[in-house]
Amino acid sequence: MNQNDIKMWTPTTTVLLLIMGAGGLVALYRMFFGLGAVTNLNSIWPWGFWIAFDVLGGVAMAAGGFIIAGAVYILNWKKYKPIVRPAVLNAFFGYLLAAIAIFLDIGQSFRIWHPMVMWQVNSIMFIVAIHVVLYTSTLAAESSPMIFEKLKMTGLLNFMNKIMVPVVLFGVLLSTLHQSSLGAVYLIIPSKLSPLWYSSLLPYHFLVSAVLMGLSMVSFETILSTRVFNHKPDMDILSGLAKGSLITVSLYLIMKLWDLVTVAGIGMAFTGSTSSNMYLLEMVIGVILPFILLISRDRRSNMRSIFSVNVLVIAGIVLNRMNVALFGLADYAGKTGVDYFPSWMEFALTAGMVAFAILGFKVSVKYLNLFPEEAH
Amino acid sequence: MDINRRDFLKTAVVGGSLVLSSGARPADASMPRELPPEAVGILYDATLCIGCKSCMYNCKQFNSVEGGALYSKGATDPPYEFRTPQEIWDAPKALSSKTLNVIRVHRSGTGENKDSAENGYSFIKQHCLHCIAPTCVSVCPVAALKKDPDNGIVYYEEDRCIGCRYCMLACPFRVPQYEYEKAFPQVRKCQLCRHRIKEGSFSACCEFCPTGASIFGKVADLKVEAQKRLELKPGQEYDYPVQKVDSGEKMRRPVSKYLNHIYGAKEAGGTQYMMLAGVPFDLLGFHKNVDETFLPDLTWAYISKIPAVIVGVLLVGAGTWAITSRNKKADKEE
Repeated sequence: MNQNDIKMWTPTTTVLLLIMGAGGLVALYRMFFGLGAVTNLNSIWPWGFWIAFDVLGGVAMAAGGFIIAGAVYILNWKKYKPIVRPAVLNAFFGYLLAAIAIFLDIGQSFRIWHPMVMWQVNSIMFIVAIHVVLYTSTLAAESSPMIFEKLKMTGLLNFMNKIMVPVVLFGVLLSTLHQSSLGAVYLIIPSKLSPLWYSSLLPYHFLVSAVLMGLSMVSFETILSTRVFNHKPDMDILSGLAKGSLITVSLYLIMKLWDLVTVAGIGMAFTGSTSSNMYLLEMVIGVILPFILLISRDRRSNMRSIFSVNVLVIAGIVLNRMNVALFGLADYAGKTGVDYFPSWMEFALTAGMVAFAILGFKVSVKYLNLFPEEAH
Repeated sequence: MDINRRDFLKTAVVGGSLVLSSGARPADASMPRELPPEAVGILYDATLCIGCKSCMYNCKQFNSVEGGALYSKGATDPPYEFRTPQEIWDAPKALSSKTLNVIRVHRSGTGENKDSAENGYSFIKQHCLHCIAPTCVSVCPVAALKKDPDNGIVYYEEDRCIGCRYCMLACPFRVPQYEYEKAFPQVRKCQLCRHRIKEGSFSACCEFCPTGASIFGKVADLKVEAQKRLELKPGQEYDYPVQKVDSGEKMRRPVSKYLNHIYGAKEAGGTQYMMLAGVPFDLLGFHKNVDETFLPDLTWAYISKIPAVIVGVLLVGAGTWAITSRNKKADKEE
């Protein structure tokens, strides 16, 4: 099967378009009638599902871009070259999702450019804003050769290929800072965030878990694409990614346990409260099970088991972001008696954006040379 | 990859120093850590408060005019919470985007004894504490929230605000509120009647407090006054100043039993609004575990490392690339 055989107009596409349309309507409604008309946010819960899932989750999912690009262009691990383009494109969609979510989540959307000119270097939010802009541009630059190739713009294509190494290095730098700064956002609320998640090491937790998430996302997509194109998976690449995941998840497990013992105390994970149950769920799904599955070399070379690990990690790290942004604040908010549960419109908009990313990826698979080695 | 290694290293170093020189200016980064010399604030004494809510009413009236913290262009009335014909009293129960100052009551048991934790009740007045090192000011990405370098008032510049609401998340006292219901919303919080102070007046809640429960003044003087009250004996008579700490007008009355705690003296590293009460503050809705350190330091610990990370990643990355691409070349030549 090759690109031309991919059918664009399938029932799935129709469904995705419908979900996108619904999300678009919610976005319009929000622009005209404000956040209160669309979300369930309130004074105790200024940040909700969009920040937790779309922004924190979306950015973590995008980490595969800088890892694979760095491995291929900086470390010169050419083995991973076939997956650079999908990894970078996936990252681009992840950041686009986050950027759209931020645009709709801030109360004054049309002032989204203010941080660029009104610097306030004490603010993590300022750091985050600068990184979103710079890194989304960097990802666009990293993806641009595909477009120039398609449009047969040889001059620009050669130029981009020439400057690709510094561009990738810049991307690695921005990602390191951006992933960790999203964790640093929460350093300011030691009295609000549950000690199960609050730690002075939060920036490092976010960075390491994003690397884990990124590796799993890339592996997940590689396996899915082998199904679409109906060819044999490159087990060398998948096992390599799984080995990377094992190293990362081991480090992450140690960091999580260290924090549990030194900050919260082990007992806090077993109190039976919502937050402690969410913590256990996150640890089992996102850290402990993947660690156990990855530790055996046989399983690291078995596609089915790698795929299971990928699904577990993606769900587990998304859960972690939901925990830090939402469930970790539940104990604190509970004292005030003010609750938050996302409105259906908050879900609908997020679903629309996910559909947009999936469809965008599909269009790219069909019309761009996303898997250069395989298409020929 | 046919890129010249020297060119690449040059680009990396030049780019890195550009980012460095623009991205981190420690000179700008200093957050206030000391009380400004002319710092003004409020001392609230719950034992004097009779719950008349005159402060709430006048806060809303005097802040709805141009320059006030509740002002909205085009609005004819102050932003009342209840506008149905049935409800004739504006009786907010909590801070909101329409209410910058709220009097609440804590009751326990039979509720007979004023300012007692058992079988008693106590009023409490909640609004912005105007921290010495405000988290809201430190987290705002566009400096829409600022601390006045002279009087220390934490104020808001509406035109800068993008509405990210990080201030609301960061504030340990849950003070900033957001106008979710509006298409072009603002953050609302007490600005200590900054517009009135500019005209030589002072905070409306203190001017219209009939008992001296809220008094306005220099923070240094308020601290002395608060400490003096803690040292009084219950039952003894004391001349409580009314409206302002240094006003000549006093009101003599017997002293109630104080809890030995000036809330705001140490919380979040110290604030310009201080409170005295007979009932523990966590029962009055203030959380126990607010840190007594400068909270912006927690984020600065991260931000101050950024320049080193920039240099480190670029140097290590460039070095790694130089080595790995040389290896590749060597492989080819063999």
